[in-house]
Amino acid sequence: MITERLRGMLRRPGGASLPGAAVFTPGHPSSATKLFDREVVSTRPSRGLEQFFAYLRGQAGLSILDLAGASQENINFITSLGHRLYSEDFVRSLDDIFAGEDQSNAGRIDQFLRHNLNFGNEEFDGVLVWDVLQYMAPALLTATLDRLRTIVRPQSYLLAYFHSDEKAQQVPFYSFRIKDQQHLLLTQRGTRKPTQIFNNRSLEKLFQPFESVKFFLTREQLREVIVRR
Amino acid sequence: MSTMPFKAPEPETTRGQASIGKAVKINGQIYSKEDLYVDGDVEGTIELQEHRLTIGPNGKVHSSVKAREVVILGNVQGNVDASDKLEIRKDARLVGDIKTARIIIEDGAYFKGSIDIVKPEPAKSPGSPAPRPPQSAPAPAANAQGNAVAAEVKR
Repeated sequence: MITERLRGMLRRPGGASLPGAAVFTPGHPSSATKLFDREVVSTRPSRGLEQFFAYLRGQAGLSILDLAGASQENINFITSLGHRLYSEDFVRSLDDIFAGEDQSNAGRIDQFLRHNLNFGNEEFDGVLVWDVLQYMAPALLTATLDRLRTIVRPQSYLLAYFHSDEKAQQVPFYSFRIKDQQHLLLTQRGTRKPTQIFNNRSLEKLFQPFESVKFFLTREQLREVIVRR
Repeated sequence: MSTMPFKAPEPETTRGQASIGKAVKINGQIYSKEDLYVDGDVEGTIELQEHRLTIGPNGKVHSSVKAREVVILGNVQGNVDASDKLEIRKDARLVGDIKTARIIIEDGAYFKGSIDIVKPEPAKSPGSPAPRPPQSAPAPAANAQGNAVAAEVKR
């Protein structure tokens, strides 16, 4: 039997409850509350993922950058194709470097870029951005995209995901794992407040320095974006 | 019921191998011809060609590492070359480039760097004829799940 006190613990700010979910406040990772040790996992097809790997088909020995931290599934998949995988954990780095502070601080932006996108002369043949960009404020986001443009080889692709619900105060915080070339395993680890919500027009403007942008709108209100350098 | 005092078994992690305890700090090169468990601080290089290296939960290693098998429970900053297998456990942290035949990374582990999977060459049996050069194969087709056929790259 669930008591009223426990019911109160299960409710997130805003009223909706998601039993078993962790609730994050950006910049305050220590405030995350795991009520139960359960995560919501779903398998979903991804046209964006399919397109991304279609562009890589027939090639081996490429360098792929994954910005959402290392996972067994992504490592297995990318390396089984004969590619080298580079792993960064942008969201963890955001929490560590900015820790809830203003993301427009130039010094911290520089620190973030030096920590995460400093590869010397290395260039990448593809970048799995996942949904990390929506947790970046405009100044940091612009600087990050500028840097990504310099480290991605021309004619290469970036795959990014953006939540499309413009009214959402909090969005599902997913871990993206590749099941196969057409499917993702989405593990929801609570919710997180996006810094910005993008529509198609704002995404076109965001990626204007790149050669092309292709959108796929899916269920779960996730917008998949393939960007060509 | 036994009245003998209970003796806790020797920790599995240090049995039958050399170990560097958590109070020990080493600055230099370590070579070992047996399995090694490091739970202290090491700065330099660690090399165990045909053996297993375990970095314990208190281990802080700031060095390049080379071994047959590497298990990380603590903190490593440096490149890791594990000819057979590398395991990065749940609360471990590795910053550096990896070269290995197999990798296992648990959820919760932190890794920053590159991963190169390098499979060992198959051993040639003595007296066997030299292998023919491989014929060129047709382009691999995707299977029903859309998975591409794996290709190996040696660097």
